[in-house]
Amino acid sequence: MGDVVLEAKGLYKKFKKGEIHNSLRDLIPALVKGAVSGALGREEFWALRDVSFSVDKGEAFGIIGHNGAGKSTLLKHLCGILVPTRGELAVKGRLSALIEVGAGFHPDLTGRENIYLNGTILGMSRAEIRAKFDAIVAFSELEDFLDTPVKRYSSGMYARLGFAVAAHVEPDVLIVDEVLSVGDFLFQRKSVDKMRQVLRGGTTVVFVSHNLRAVAELCPRAMLLDHGRVAAMGDTGAVIKRYMERGAEEPTGEDKDAYIAEVTLADEAGREAVQVDGRARLRATVVVAARRRAERLAVVIECRDEELYDVFNTSTQRLGREAFTLEAGERFVVEFALRLHLVPGTYHFGVYLYRYDVQRNYDTRVPARTFYVRADADVRGVVDLEPEVVRHEKAT
Amino acid sequence: MLGLFRMLRRYRDLLYMLTLRDIKVKYKQSVMGILWAILMPLIITSAGVVVKVGLATVAGRPVIAAEIVGVAVKALPWAFFVASIRFATASLTANASLVTKIAFPRAVFPLSAVASQLFDLGVAAIVLIATLAFAPIPVTAAIAWAPVLLVVLIVQVCGFGLLLSAANLFFRDVKYIVEVVLTFAIFFTPVFYDAALFGKWGKVLLLNPVAPILEGLAACVAGGRSPDAGWTLYSAGWAAALLLVAPAVFQRLEPKFAESV
Repeated sequence: MGDVVLEAKGLYKKFKKGEIHNSLRDLIPALVKGAVSGALGREEFWALRDVSFSVDKGEAFGIIGHNGAGKSTLLKHLCGILVPTRGELAVKGRLSALIEVGAGFHPDLTGRENIYLNGTILGMSRAEIRAKFDAIVAFSELEDFLDTPVKRYSSGMYARLGFAVAAHVEPDVLIVDEVLSVGDFLFQRKSVDKMRQVLRGGTTVVFVSHNLRAVAELCPRAMLLDHGRVAAMGDTGAVIKRYMERGAEEPTGEDKDAYIAEVTLADEAGREAVQVDGRARLRATVVVAARRRAERLAVVIECRDEELYDVFNTSTQRLGREAFTLEAGERFVVEFALRLHLVPGTYHFGVYLYRYDVQRNYDTRVPARTFYVRADADVRGVVDLEPEVVRHEKAT
Repeated sequence: MLGLFRMLRRYRDLLYMLTLRDIKVKYKQSVMGILWAILMPLIITSAGVVVKVGLATVAGRPVIAAEIVGVAVKALPWAFFVASIRFATASLTANASLVTKIAFPRAVFPLSAVASQLFDLGVAAIVLIATLAFAPIPVTAAIAWAPVLLVVLIVQVCGFGLLLSAANLFFRDVKYIVEVVLTFAIFFTPVFYDAALFGKWGKVLLLNPVAPILEGLAACVAGGRSPDAGWTLYSAGWAAALLLVAPAVFQRLEPKFAESV
């Protein structure tokens, strides 16, 4: 074990649920009402419960977990944005976070001006930025647009400039929250290369992502968060395996307000889909039940390949359906018609019960079903683009 | 308070860049550009001159040049005060995306808001000084008081700005209250008139912490007299109290900002 640069000891964080009075207009009547009825209690919940871990110098450490598991909350503690209710947190050296690229960019300022603004916001001095300016510009590949206001940039250019600045901060501890997916493909490669280079340079990296493949590639060690608790820690492969199992082992969710009661995946003949054709039509039926009233729910489905890489996901919300509300004891059925375009392999079908407006995940079934696409198809890669050879001859 | 100065030293580049951002954005977005800096004080001065001429006509006496100059000298810091307080109050909520994403002392937001207004004051002051060079007023050693009074004013503005920005983060309607108070404050602040006009009651007017500064500025720039020592000390007392209390309160509340914004 080398030097510990980041250490959390028994972190607890309490959040208050429910109504927050953020105007005097609301507060004063509430106080009066509270004084009359004698109660102003709000429901509290623990977003983090006894989270302890340490990261050594130069190590890449991954944090994974479902939506609402406390990943973002933990990150904000590491960055010093939130203060824990209980527990201690120690960071040695300069810490920088890539939580959102281009934080503080002003649309009316030019690329050049924003490099300075964003750089100082990320903790660099002006002299430091001046010294690295050419490197930042070269990395972003935006030499010709430096004096253009960033509001005229495409979203890809915007993200590239943001990442270029962030990549040059040279912190002792770098916190990354799923920003590797910025920009176009070529730039992504560059970003991953930069991450590896940062790691080789001895920087400690804490990587938070839903992208399990990226976590597995970059981090030898990882931690799984579940409902604010550390559910597993250690070798990334083992932690990811545990993450997958956890989704499956809680079919009825004893303490959940609403839960996924049943998931079936059937082929056109109505048989359970186990071995299917790569271009099969499937029907996914999800039954949701409520123990207590649950509002504005949506069903999210996903499909992951054998490396747990997310190949497909959507939700009732994204497909334009209104969020639904269930009273205690009620059930709700959602049926998705799917048309596969998959290459041969193993696929995991997952389901989430999610409330978008407050970003609460009620229940998770990952994998809810696992199926195999038969190897008789003649395509490889990620998707089946249904190729057909329509011309095959000598050109004249 | 010492913590505040240490913070300012460490984050001076950030403070500078945020100030520069506010100044640049303001002037880039407008057709008038830098003229904005003198527009507000010019309007206030014009209104003040109308009031002065009106009062003089009613009293049946000629308008004195020193009175007109006095109005101009008071209009500038008043415009600075109003704009800074308004801008600083909204500064934390306006930068909410940064408050919830990046960790650095949040005091840089209200302070840079004040600093960017200070730039406007500087531009307007240069124009005013150039104009005053042609005005028939006596220039005496008393003018040395002007920078001292301005420092007192800036400290007060920073103090109020820190407190109000934090208050507005927790209670979003604070900025509307501030707006109303600032709109009517012109009646309770001796900008268009002198506190002396009210005789015995003028003292009540001077309880307003900004009032003695404005009166003092008019006295030392336009009147060639030293400002009233007692009242200046009173304003300086406010500044000192704010300097002690505001950063402490702000730092105390700071850990709650990200969850509440």
